[in-house]
Amino acid sequence: MPPPVENLVEVRDVDFSYDVRPVLKGINMAVPRGKVVSIMGLSGCGKTTLLRLIGGSIKPSKGEVRVAGRVVHELDQDELYAMRRRMGMLFQFGALFTDMSALDNVAFQIREHTELPESMVRDLALMKLHAVGLRGAAHLMPAELSGGMARRVALARTIALDPMLIMYDEPFTGLDPIAMGVIGDLIKKLNDVLGATSIIVTHDVQESLKIVDYVYFMSDGVVVTQGTSADIRGSQAPFVHQFVWGEIDGPMPFHYPGTATGADFGVGAGHA
Amino acid sequence: MLERIAAALRRLGRQFINAIWRLGYASRFFLLVLLRSGTSFRRFRLVVKEIYFAGVLSLIIISVSGLFVGMVLALQGYETLQKYGSAEAVGTLVALSLTRELGPVVSALLFASRAGSAMTAEIGLMKATEQISAMEMMAVDPIARVIGPRFWGGLISMPLLAAMFSAVGVFGGYLIAVVLIGVDEGAFWSQMQNAVDFRYDIVNGVIKSVVFGVAVTAIALFEGYDAPPTAEGVSHATTRTVVTSSLAILGLDFVLTAFMFRGA
Repeated sequence: MPPPVENLVEVRDVDFSYDVRPVLKGINMAVPRGKVVSIMGLSGCGKTTLLRLIGGSIKPSKGEVRVAGRVVHELDQDELYAMRRRMGMLFQFGALFTDMSALDNVAFQIREHTELPESMVRDLALMKLHAVGLRGAAHLMPAELSGGMARRVALARTIALDPMLIMYDEPFTGLDPIAMGVIGDLIKKLNDVLGATSIIVTHDVQESLKIVDYVYFMSDGVVVTQGTSADIRGSQAPFVHQFVWGEIDGPMPFHYPGTATGADFGVGAGHA
Repeated sequence: MLERIAAALRRLGRQFINAIWRLGYASRFFLLVLLRSGTSFRRFRLVVKEIYFAGVLSLIIISVSGLFVGMVLALQGYETLQKYGSAEAVGTLVALSLTRELGPVVSALLFASRAGSAMTAEIGLMKATEQISAMEMMAVDPIARVIGPRFWGGLISMPLLAAMFSAVGVFGGYLIAVVLIGVDEGAFWSQMQNAVDFRYDIVNGVIKSVVFGVAVTAIALFEGYDAPPTAEGVSHATTRTVVTSSLAILGLDFVLTAFMFRGA
């Protein structure tokens, strides 16, 4: 269990279904203030759905998600938007506004939510870009940025209003090893410098285990195991072991279930 | 046999329910756009930017089309009118055709193809690349910030484009009738001035173009916002925008014409 400190995010007995397909089944989670917590699991196991529940984009079928003590799905739109101003979310591929420069992307939230003079907005946005090492790329358009740079600009945009909670949806996807290391390092540093709390949804095990304080491991809509990075690395649970060490076969089989091999190839009794 | 009929009925029923559901969703979307238009008026520069994209960038296609339509009208009109000895009335024919019908209708069809499809593709791609979701997570209402300004930008652009179409069309008619064929210039303009009534012809034409502007922009924005976030989804949405808008323009034109011009 996480250490007994105040939790910024609490997920209690949450079920969620898309139409009739259950995605989350009885999820319980706690994210302590100031910590970096990772939610890991295979694609389609419900990780991103959980982030969307925390952000209030969708409502649980059962149970509740609390952020800073408030039940997210009970908030009206004004209250939800007030809460979201204190949250940041980094999307899988950055989701930068393609018609704005890097600087304008970062300045977007500041302009929308504050009445600060333009010169101050510019300075604040430049400071955020400086924090991710891209002050010199402020004038570039998203199409002119590499994947790693775009992700860093998106990160600068995410922290534009110094959020209390930062959520990362697959922040390492599609990045080269250097960019991956840079993003991982920035996530940890920014979390500490801003005094924020971070939730990272990822299936990139090695990179995220370097920076997280606690890990929830999900499979098929339930939390199958949890613990510190060391706990996860040392886990002997077959599924976790297969996932962490990238083994081809195991509880998650290499072959998609189907008819017997022999039946497909017409060579007598085969195996499934 | 009975089972096949039942399956067909079920399919038909499902399609009907889906259509009703989509109509309700579209109406709710349109209502939300109107209710959340405050941002568009408080920050009018957002609307001005959209007027530039939807209106100013459509000027060339509108002007060129207007010129050719006016020239064709003059050629065809002269051909018919001269048989009855009324060649000077060609200016009247060109002006009335353009202000009452062709100006609003053709410019709206062109607007749907050029600006409407661009709006749908832009919104659809914003959705597919999670820009709309990102905006929502930043506590910025996309209906107010993205959809509203585009709606009002399109609505304001449409009558201006229709006016430009008609004006250039009349000039095209002048070029053919007066400069090329040699119809008397004084008769061309004076007959036109006498025949065209401001309230009856011009204002009704403007009303039509405003209605078409609402229809095209609302359809384009809804299709983009409702598009599945895939390349195929955006492509289908763009096609639907052009087809639905064109049918809506022609249908609405019939209804409006029936109410406005009844031989008074």
